[in-house]
Amino acid sequence: MTALTDLGIAAIRNGVRDGDFSAREVAEAFNAAVAAAKPLNAFLVETPEHALAAADAADAARAAGEVLKPMAGVPIGMKDLFCTKGVPTTAASHILEGFTPEYESTVSQNLWNAGAGMLGKLNLDQFAMGSSNETSYFGNVISPWRRNDGGNAPLAPGGSSGGSSSAVAARLAPGATGTDTGGSIRQPAAFVGISGIKPTYGRCSRWGTIAFASSLDQAGPMARDVRDCAIMLEAMAGFDAKDATSLDLPVPNWEAQLNASLAGKRVGIPKEYRVDGMPAEIEALWQQGIAWLKDAGAEIVDVSLPHTKYALPAYYIIAPAEASSNLARYDGVRYGLRDLPEGANLQEMYARTRAEGFGNEVKRRILIGTYVLSAGFYDAYYTQAQKVRTLIARDFERAWDVCDVLLTPTAPSAAFALGEKSADPLAMYLNDVFTVPSSLAGLPAMSVPGGVDAAGLPLGLQVIGKPLDEQGVLNAALALEERAGFTARPAKWW
Amino acid sequence: MADASTPFRIKGATGDWEVVIGLEVHAQVSSNAKLFSGAATTFGAEPNTQVSLVDAAMPGMLPVPNRECIRQAVRTGMAIDAQINKWSRFDRKNYFYADLPQGYQISQLYHPLVGEGAVEIEVGDDTKTIGVERIHVEQDAGKLMHDQHPTRSYVDLNRSGVALMEIVSRPDMRSPAEAGAYLTKLRSILRYVGSCDGNMDQGSMRADVNVSVRKPGDEFGTRTETKNVNSIRFVMQAIEHEAARQVDVLEAGGTIVQETRLFNPDSGTTRSMRSKEDAHDYRYFPDPDLLPLELDDAFLDECRTSLPELPDVKRARYEGLGITPYNAQVLTAEVESARWFDTLLDAGAKPVTAANWVTSELFGALNRLGKSIGDSPVTPGQAAELLALVADGTLSGSLAKQVFEAMLETGDAPGKIVEERGLKQTSDTGAIEAVIADVLAKNPGQLEQYRSGKVALFGFFVGQTMKAMGGKANPAVVNDLLKKALG
Repeated sequence: MTALTDLGIAAIRNGVRDGDFSAREVAEAFNAAVAAAKPLNAFLVETPEHALAAADAADAARAAGEVLKPMAGVPIGMKDLFCTKGVPTTAASHILEGFTPEYESTVSQNLWNAGAGMLGKLNLDQFAMGSSNETSYFGNVISPWRRNDGGNAPLAPGGSSGGSSSAVAARLAPGATGTDTGGSIRQPAAFVGISGIKPTYGRCSRWGTIAFASSLDQAGPMARDVRDCAIMLEAMAGFDAKDATSLDLPVPNWEAQLNASLAGKRVGIPKEYRVDGMPAEIEALWQQGIAWLKDAGAEIVDVSLPHTKYALPAYYIIAPAEASSNLARYDGVRYGLRDLPEGANLQEMYARTRAEGFGNEVKRRILIGTYVLSAGFYDAYYTQAQKVRTLIARDFERAWDVCDVLLTPTAPSAAFALGEKSADPLAMYLNDVFTVPSSLAGLPAMSVPGGVDAAGLPLGLQVIGKPLDEQGVLNAALALEERAGFTARPAKWW
Repeated sequence: MADASTPFRIKGATGDWEVVIGLEVHAQVSSNAKLFSGAATTFGAEPNTQVSLVDAAMPGMLPVPNRECIRQAVRTGMAIDAQINKWSRFDRKNYFYADLPQGYQISQLYHPLVGEGAVEIEVGDDTKTIGVERIHVEQDAGKLMHDQHPTRSYVDLNRSGVALMEIVSRPDMRSPAEAGAYLTKLRSILRYVGSCDGNMDQGSMRADVNVSVRKPGDEFGTRTETKNVNSIRFVMQAIEHEAARQVDVLEAGGTIVQETRLFNPDSGTTRSMRSKEDAHDYRYFPDPDLLPLELDDAFLDECRTSLPELPDVKRARYEGLGITPYNAQVLTAEVESARWFDTLLDAGAKPVTAANWVTSELFGALNRLGKSIGDSPVTPGQAAELLALVADGTLSGSLAKQVFEAMLETGDAPGKIVEERGLKQTSDTGAIEAVIADVLAKNPGQLEQYRSGKVALFGFFVGQTMKAMGGKANPAVVNDLLKKALG
């Protein structure tokens, strides 16, 4: 029999429902896996009792003959960007160390309402700023993967949802929440060989999620496969009156409508995503993906998204601008860290608290954001970046005239070793080159594993869809998944 | 006050100076909840008892616009005939200060809810139109208290996030009196609309006063801004002081520095708070947590139809009823008085008589008692009844005064007082004739003198008759019957 921790969300849900095993057994198995995986540093806080309580509730409901909730008996990992009532929430920062919210984020509450339990709070790049999970105040998350070259270089699990990607790939959780601002669900999913979808901006409430860049932040699921992502996204999404940017629309029944046949569908291949210096393996995988989608019945069309090359610079103006403002509230006055040396005045308290509390990457972005919003530079940077954003959105709108979804690689490389890029912020930012444009346009986009590179490391393919067409994205991703038959998994070394 | 036809001038050593005034009025929107959270807004609550997670800027909290605050700002704009922008947008104004928990204030710099409008004022016999450039909606900040602890500042976030309308005038005012008249009129309009209670002493309305001086006809001079002045009188004082100070500086060969100043009510003077050089570098950008505000026609129609009759229109209507312009002005200046008077008219009182009675008798009495019309012991219904008793001859003028005094004391209806105290006027000719006969019989000397030509004694007989009847006789009937009896 397969170990319970090898099961994904659908398998657990069905198994609990059908009485193949109890939810408590599942929770206990994952709790044990979490406890035994300290070397990965994926979890900041473990909450085995939360997972057990949800499991017991599921088992009790089943015993009482009730219809089980959509995620009854499924324990998950919660990215530590989501505020969880009574459980410390730090966004992997020092400035929020010791902060325990008295409220529950809408997304996490939705998941509990769907019957899910929480295994713990997952590590991430500090305030979700990073592409390698090396900016956490509480240490790097290590990818469970190793290169097959015999070297044991610890690899980056991607960022910012690196704790989430690592936990799911290492079978510490069947699914985990992620947040995606410029690719923070898709890039880590690609790095560890799992699936992750960022839905249309506004599908998931941002209420109770610690803000990075408000106009971009969007929660989404990270799981083993497309079906699991569909199940979990259904549980997470929904209109929330507490978020003014939340979409007042019903949540579609994505799982029920999964369909891997793409007959009659047109898949666009954007030529601008063929970037200089992209490894041949990525290019080859992309071609393979095209062949798979053709095989699924899709027609392939070439499209042009001419403003793609401006997306990354625009993103690295807009996101830090919003971040500099969103992070102003961490001032040492109401919660979290407060550094007030003897005799210091208010100004000095702010300065000391923020100097101590924020890591280098966060400070870098606050400074960039403050600069681009300052009176003399606002038009040159921020206004210009917003114009670019509009042009990028228009590129996509034009593309939808000729195709239904787009297929691109998820990231320009496989996972790199920790430390390899951390000294070069610009090289690090390039990781997001394929994920950022769809974020700027607020579009649904998903990464699914397509294969491995020469070093045996996973590579992801990205499907980008029209606004609100998560179904189209999931279906195309499912078609890829079925043909890729990706079964590689990291050897357990931890 | 000076004759309005003579422009207000400051006499300087180098000649006359003109003062140019613009006002930014911050008016707290009357609503039960804050602009972007559900927290309450009651004045005078214990510190930090009206603070939601959003107001305290807890991690992950998001603002959601309060429809009622938007509605009130739109109605206010409509009341000053302003352009209502169906598309407006909230911006963040970023700057660090401990009274600002989010580190920014949500305001509307680039696309305000309300555009150009105007307020008509009267100074002396002149009317003048003061332009309003815009009204935007924004959050109030919290309050910092520095005097509670030797080394700490205390923060009270009760006001943080409360909705304010910033009503920005054009620099159209030219004297402290005009500024006073503008504020008075604006406050009156806000109270009519019900969008702000206008209570300056509670901070729900305050003004930033922009003042510059120039030689008449010159270009605008450099202005200073005196922040947060909280009474109309102080605004006028601040202008007077600041204008005189600027003239002194300029005449001494100095230049005016654009700066923010504070008004000291105790000394009536202003002092520098911060100059432009160390002013905050506000960083503005559209608030990404909020979508642009888009208003539909149904919402605007509802706002428009919910507007009450406004002071100028009401005043014209009163004048059309024959009420004197002065009385019409007095009755419409404050919404409470106007409402009271309208109820009185609705109860059937004759407009002119009612206006005279309200402005003299009622307002006089309230003044004496130190009460406002809002807590008048006499209701409009009771006043209508009193006026009706005078009109139908039941009460004479003097009896009416007696009854009114009793009404003020007891709060009873006039009919009840008349009944209980037997104050009804009598026109019973038989009874009056009997009393007259008695008076004439008792005063043979005066009768003799009257008949021999001293007709001025007629008043004496009227007085005696009225006195004998306890003041309740109908004076007209007494006159008629006396004339008859005296031949």
